[in-house]
Amino acid sequence: MANIISDETIEYVGILAKLELSDEEKEQAKKDIGRMLDYVDKLNELDTSGVEPMSHVFPVSNVFREDVVTNGDEHEATLKNAPAAKEQSFMVPKTVE
Amino acid sequence: MAKQYETVIGLEVHVELATKTKIFCGCSTAFGAAPNAHTCPVCTGMPGSLPVLNKQVVEYAMAVGLATNCEIHQFCKFDRKNYFYPDNPQNYQISQLYLPICHDGYVEVDTSAGTRKIGIHEIHMEEDAGKLIHDEWEDCSLVDYNRSGVPLIEIVSEPDMRSAEEVIAYLEKLRLIIQYLGASDCKLQEGSMRADVNLSVRELGAEKFGTRTEMKNLNSFKAIARAIDGERERQIELLEEGKPVIQETRRWDDNKEYSYPMRSKEDAHDYRYFPDPDLVPIVISDEWLQAVKDRQPELRTEKLARYKKEFDIPEYDAGIITESKHMADIFEEATALCGKPKKVSNWLMGETLRLLKEENREPETLDFSPKHLAKLIDLAEAGTINQTVAKEVFEQIFREDVDPEAYVEEHGLKTVNDEGELRTIVEGVIAANPQSVADYKGGKEKALGFLVGQTMKAMKGKANPAAVNAMLRELLA
Amino acid sequence: MQITERTALELGRMIKKKEISVREAVDASYQRIAALDGELNSYVTLDQEAAYARADQVQAGIEDGSITGPLAGVPAAVKDNICTEGLLTTCSSKILYNFVPTYSAEAVLNMEKAGAVILGKTNMDEFAMGSTTETSAFGPTKNPWNTGHVPGGSSGGSCVAVAAGEAPYALGSDTGGSIRQPGSFCGVVGLKPTYGTVSRYGLIAYGSSLDQIGPIAKDVSDCAAILEMIASHDKKDSTSVARTDCDFTSALVDDVKGLRVGIPSDYLGEGLDDEVRQAVLDTADVLRQKGAIVEEFDLSLVEYAIPAYYVIASAEASSNLSRFDGVKYGYRAAEYEGLHNMYKKSRSEGFGEEVKRRIMLGSFVLSSGYYDAYYLKALRTKALIKQSFDRAFEKYDIILAPASPTTAPELGKSLSDPLKMYLGDIYTISVNLAGLPGISVPCRLDSKGLPIGVQMIGDCFNEKAILRAAYAFEQARGRFLVPEIAKKNNANGCVCQRNADKCSGKETSFAANGTENIQKTAADKEGE
Repeated sequence: MANIISDETIEYVGILAKLELSDEEKEQAKKDIGRMLDYVDKLNELDTSGVEPMSHVFPVSNVFREDVVTNGDEHEATLKNAPAAKEQSFMVPKTVE
Repeated sequence: MAKQYETVIGLEVHVELATKTKIFCGCSTAFGAAPNAHTCPVCTGMPGSLPVLNKQVVEYAMAVGLATNCEIHQFCKFDRKNYFYPDNPQNYQISQLYLPICHDGYVEVDTSAGTRKIGIHEIHMEEDAGKLIHDEWEDCSLVDYNRSGVPLIEIVSEPDMRSAEEVIAYLEKLRLIIQYLGASDCKLQEGSMRADVNLSVRELGAEKFGTRTEMKNLNSFKAIARAIDGERERQIELLEEGKPVIQETRRWDDNKEYSYPMRSKEDAHDYRYFPDPDLVPIVISDEWLQAVKDRQPELRTEKLARYKKEFDIPEYDAGIITESKHMADIFEEATALCGKPKKVSNWLMGETLRLLKEENREPETLDFSPKHLAKLIDLAEAGTINQTVAKEVFEQIFREDVDPEAYVEEHGLKTVNDEGELRTIVEGVIAANPQSVADYKGGKEKALGFLVGQTMKAMKGKANPAAVNAMLRELLA
Repeated sequence: MQITERTALELGRMIKKKEISVREAVDASYQRIAALDGELNSYVTLDQEAAYARADQVQAGIEDGSITGPLAGVPAAVKDNICTEGLLTTCSSKILYNFVPTYSAEAVLNMEKAGAVILGKTNMDEFAMGSTTETSAFGPTKNPWNTGHVPGGSSGGSCVAVAAGEAPYALGSDTGGSIRQPGSFCGVVGLKPTYGTVSRYGLIAYGSSLDQIGPIAKDVSDCAAILEMIASHDKKDSTSVARTDCDFTSALVDDVKGLRVGIPSDYLGEGLDDEVRQAVLDTADVLRQKGAIVEEFDLSLVEYAIPAYYVIASAEASSNLSRFDGVKYGYRAAEYEGLHNMYKKSRSEGFGEEVKRRIMLGSFVLSSGYYDAYYLKALRTKALIKQSFDRAFEKYDIILAPASPTTAPELGKSLSDPLKMYLGDIYTISVNLAGLPGISVPCRLDSKGLPIGVQMIGDCFNEKAILRAAYAFEQARGRFLVPEIAKKNNANGCVCQRNADKCSGKETSFAANGTENIQKTAADKEGE
């Protein structure tokens, strides 16, 4: 495998992705990502110099809304699926130390 | 000799735009609603919801860019900034990294050392986050998404400032420009204008910048000034001790006058920006750009120059009045109605500023109608009320925006111009104050003042003081 | 012929002629579900009570003339990543096990306007990530042609429901082949429209720049009619395109004279099953006999589509799926210490393996220092792939290709080697990268008795060309076979217990560690 993924990298990506992997899963993830990257490295065979990265397939642009209020008080719908709520607000573990 | 240090400061200023709706959905941006009342699937990150850009946001951003001498990227895009935090419902913020709408501008600011040019690196559009409230009772935090999706522009300066004075001058300048454009009310206390300070120090004469820190949580000009001084001291101390300054984000605690690092191991500060596939590029045609240019309102510098030419008021007064777009609007409207710029200016510079100071309020909060001020000036000019009454009525206008005509009528404050009535009262005052009369006749001019006062009191202030004076002199002659 | 063997348009005509009531049509589907779905597992949620009520409402609407259109009253199934107001929408994931949207996808609203009756939500690979419908948190769906085989994926539930007569038609979604590949494995027709044709509003995003909702049905005519119904310019979706050529059924003519058909020779080489290759060539012959001009050509860049796709799709997915965090909806871990631990535990417990694999890969390729090398490189490759299709469509009206290198693999054989599974998407994936329309049409059964599908690809906004070719091919082929399992007359079937569970939702399986938790801890603290 040309791409060796280190323990630190897996740890770091876990922090970015907010995923907590077991040791076994980490080993598997190292292998999986390494193999995928080896495969993705195939793209380096292609000369893409001077090619603009293409985000959208069509040249669609300037899709706007007018600045007009269309929504009313929708707090009930917003909170309908909340795992925990209080005082019309979502409840989460405290965010300040 | 101790080493000399220079402070190098760059600012990231967030301004909430004055749109009626959020940047990507039709929810209201109004303040003061119950938690989550102004939310919908889009601004709460519900699965399957999609953003659609508010056109007004683009126009405000362009207007601010043009007013700050920026180049406009006529092809620009939105990117996603990925980080987890509960105030950010999608766990990514829609912002602009790769192609911000405005770039490479500047503003000129006046400081005690003269005019300084502060570079603007870029201005980009983005969405605001929700609000977190700590619930002590249950040891948890509560999330309200009413502010989530409110449009912001972030104005990123070059590291061109060297002192707190320059920073404040720069902020004042931005505030004025943006208020004049009507793009935001720029209230620091309410958070519609927020500044993050990037600061580093270096030995005087050094070419390379030192390591910088970013300070957040600065919600007044005073706090910004204190934070700059505090952080400068902290960094110099580190350098003097031979310790490195760590590049990090710090939170300013204005009570303790010290900044604390905000970093935790769960924040990698790796935002994985990429173009938001849910939004399409913005293409600004030359025509559109020109149309926005043509609509640009008169800004402060131009207004000041016009006042000098158009109105016969002191330059100092013109400066103060135009420092607030709102005050300038009141000035112009009232002047248009009564045709007496000098009088309007006097009321604004005198009583208005005095009352604002007394109530610890900003000129932006003035809420009386210029029409009432103009009417008051007309009443005073016509001699319908005297100066003392006028001041009293103005206070009522200032506080309650009363109609001066109706108020004067209702409270019987019209100046009494009936000579017979005045004579009777003055005669009464003379009879009741023999000692003062004797003093006056004995050469004490001051005693006349007392008698005028007594007459005014007897007439409940509704007399014309000059007329009272004349009548007293006549009767005591 | 049984009601459940009828196409959607046939049913629509029967309803209009009052040969059958809407309620009877709904009943027929539910009876089939009751009889088969215990084994096939194509549905994750059923909505019987609402469906019957809706059936009566639509019946009245048809009678008073307020609901018209060729599909009025015809029942349908909806893939579980498409939001349905008031009806559980889980993406076949534990992390959304209890999510009931307060809004419907625009495509669903369009269906309802046209008088559709929604039977329930269909099983899928979790968050549409997979090619077998085995990554579902609610167990795999099985292929009705041989229940020892997978139905393909990710829209496996929708394709099986249609193939087995459990729904006259269904909506699926296609990010890298998720409609066309299971369509070919199940012997049904699946169409992935041009990007922007069907609104994505309410489709729970996997790869936003690639996702499209599309129809799955028994034949090409149904697909054209369904697409005509769900296509719309939606102001809520910035990538939605205003099209004036959505009269797709007008393309249903048995005439391909002069139609220029290209077959990429680079699609027929190594890795392609012989029987599938032969099916493609035979399809070409059918079209040729009807007057089409068919030739092979070099499409080029074929081997770069999969790596480019997995970089782009994983990157977008890593960001799209970050909203599932236990704060606003869905699963929250039972025990955690503090905010970040809550995030990590909820997500690690809520997402399945394949989803985590792609989130990790996507987070990595976007992380500091790698963006240019991976993400931008992939977007540049995408541009080149689009160019090679543009060149092809200068010469051809449609491209004829396999839908998948093989027919449906056996259950349990694919997930152990993800990379190998990804390679199975080779003929479908570049269509998504280039935003093109593609349709898969069943051709015949292979020697194992499993369906082989062929794929037809059109230029952007040219669904009509592929519909016309597919329709002409279908006319020559005749009505496609029905799997044995679906031939039994299940008129007396009863709703088995397993399916009754689905009606009340799958909440039971996860509720224990879910919602009530924080309230409980909060209450405990209060008591202290």
